[in-house]
Amino acid sequence: MRAAMLKKYAIALLFAPLVALAAGTSIKLDAAPDRATNKAALQNGAKLFVNYCLNCHGASFVRYNRLTEIGLTEQQIKDNLLFTADKIGEPMGISMSRKDSKEFFGAWPPDLSLIARARASGDGSGADWLYTYLRGFYKDEKRPTGWNNVAFESVGMPHVLWELQGEQVMGDDHKLKLAKPGKLAPKEYDDAVGDLVAFMVWMAEPQAEFRKNLGIAVLLFLGIFFFIAYALKRAFWKDIH
Amino acid sequence: MASSNLEKHKSDGSLMGNVLEWVDARFPATSLWKEHLSEYYAPKNFNFWYFFGSLALLVLVMQIVTGIFLVMHYKPDASLNAAGVPVAFASVEYIMRDVPWGWLIRYMHSTGASAFFVVVYLHMFRAMLYGSYRKPRELLWIFGVLIYLCLMAEAFAGYLLPWGQMSFWGAQVILSLFSAIPLIGNDLATWIRGDYVIADATLNRMFAFHVIAIPLALLGLVAAHILALHEVGSNNPDGIEIKKNKDPKTGIPLDGIPFHPYYTVKDIVGVVVFLMVFSAIVFFAPEMGGYFLEYNNYIPADPLVTPPHIAPVWYFTPFYSILRANTVNFFWIDAKLWGVIFMGLGVMILFFLPWLDRSPAKSIRYRGPIYKWALGIFIVAFFILGYLGMLAPTPGRTIVAQICTILYFLFFLLMPWYSRIDKCKPEPERVTQ
Repeated sequence: MRAAMLKKYAIALLFAPLVALAAGTSIKLDAAPDRATNKAALQNGAKLFVNYCLNCHGASFVRYNRLTEIGLTEQQIKDNLLFTADKIGEPMGISMSRKDSKEFFGAWPPDLSLIARARASGDGSGADWLYTYLRGFYKDEKRPTGWNNVAFESVGMPHVLWELQGEQVMGDDHKLKLAKPGKLAPKEYDDAVGDLVAFMVWMAEPQAEFRKNLGIAVLLFLGIFFFIAYALKRAFWKDIH
Repeated sequence: MASSNLEKHKSDGSLMGNVLEWVDARFPATSLWKEHLSEYYAPKNFNFWYFFGSLALLVLVMQIVTGIFLVMHYKPDASLNAAGVPVAFASVEYIMRDVPWGWLIRYMHSTGASAFFVVVYLHMFRAMLYGSYRKPRELLWIFGVLIYLCLMAEAFAGYLLPWGQMSFWGAQVILSLFSAIPLIGNDLATWIRGDYVIADATLNRMFAFHVIAIPLALLGLVAAHILALHEVGSNNPDGIEIKKNKDPKTGIPLDGIPFHPYYTVKDIVGVVVFLMVFSAIVFFAPEMGGYFLEYNNYIPADPLVTPPHIAPVWYFTPFYSILRANTVNFFWIDAKLWGVIFMGLGVMILFFLPWLDRSPAKSIRYRGPIYKWALGIFIVAFFILGYLGMLAPTPGRTIVAQICTILYFLFFLLMPWYSRIDKCKPEPERVTQ
């Protein structure tokens, strides 16, 4: 009996580290909506990304024609989104040089292809971080750009989406308040950021949905194969006692 | 029986029989097959823990095959491309996005690295449960520890190749350890890096180690490991020698069964179960919550930006904890050097295990309570060290790591004493089910 108990403990311990999460910096992140399979949201996100982000940040691993996978035709991409390249097979680069951008902003705006994966931590997914970050800008006259952020202390980037969101200020109770409304109502803004974040998650691993679907098929195959392999073993071992 | 089929083929004048005869006259094909598979007699009472040897071999083959395809597209180049991203980092993303099925090959390889350590740790734990390192299997165990050492070197070199932030800074931490060695340390560290910092030269030599040097050594050692195993025969959960009880007529151990077909068909079941777990990770959680692929490694290596927290991948963290647990300078030796010494000893002490163990019984089934407690405490200490190695150190955590480091070493150092005084049960004559 005791040996069996010990065995159970030993096996439980083997999996213990998987339960514990990697350490984070412990800020409370808002959960981003999951729109991975919502093509309309991804397309809206692509539009926002190309219009607002792709001036300073590149997405050098993402080719324009890959956007056909979120339901756009090549013609639609050419007409509406292809601003920074001539050919549809080219990656989503920017024309600003690294040197210039460093002079303008003090730092090179990072390539955003993988940002949704890189920003994951023990606090939450990369999507949660981006969702909190893009909704967390507030006016701060102490910063050279006039903007600060709840998720990214002393951020170098100004609030590019301020026209849409309006201006937030930090209240004395350490909560954000909307001081000047923008073009979008707060709910609409959250929704738009949700779309943008969904697109950035897609961009970080465009084949993610295909991967998961294929995984189901692979596991089904292995499940069936298990019974065959087990029956084979049973048949061979029936005389061994 | 498989062997008699071979004999039948050889004499029946068929094409296959003739080919086999032709080959056998020039190469020991049939005798190798017999010696290592169809007439290699393994104990019939193998349990769950005996799957991990064949699984380790499976993962080795998988790593080599996926590795070959990765090398076709990967570029070990630390210079920046037109978009300002290091070429090595960009080539990994090229594999993930533009190479057909590249993402699958890459995830299999990255998950395979962790899977290799999972199965090897379980394989080593099996040896500790059933005394598989004891006489006459000392050399078999030593080859195994050498394989484990090679595996660590292989994983370390491979982890630098994606050239992300954790690749770079993890290598920076580990390679700078060489500079703790007195007198020659700094020069040695520079010589190993090939530069004053981790740089293109380091990346290229780690690539050479990862794809040529270490795999060659690894394959040789695996061959030696299997040859040594087949020379002395497999241990079993009862820890008794099946060769002591042979059929007087045939000379075959009474408790032995031919490896093929019995254990080949059994191992197929193990392989399928393993592949189910493996595929679940590859297809649904390839990052494994940041344990298999660290999030920070999706940021290209930047020598000017030190990440706030540098942690090695999970399989190194127990030893990383031992390294960090040494915080006191004594005997005129710097704490950092003590850390390096104890980290090295923590692995090297495994070589001495066959001679430290003085217990009359091999298997945990017939050992007394002291060894069971000692092994339990050792495993718990090893897990706590591994867990702490992933976290940033705090004074409290450092004390826990120090206690666990002491427990880790006491398991080995006190073994000659406690394994002898332990009250063992008598071992059976024949294997039990």
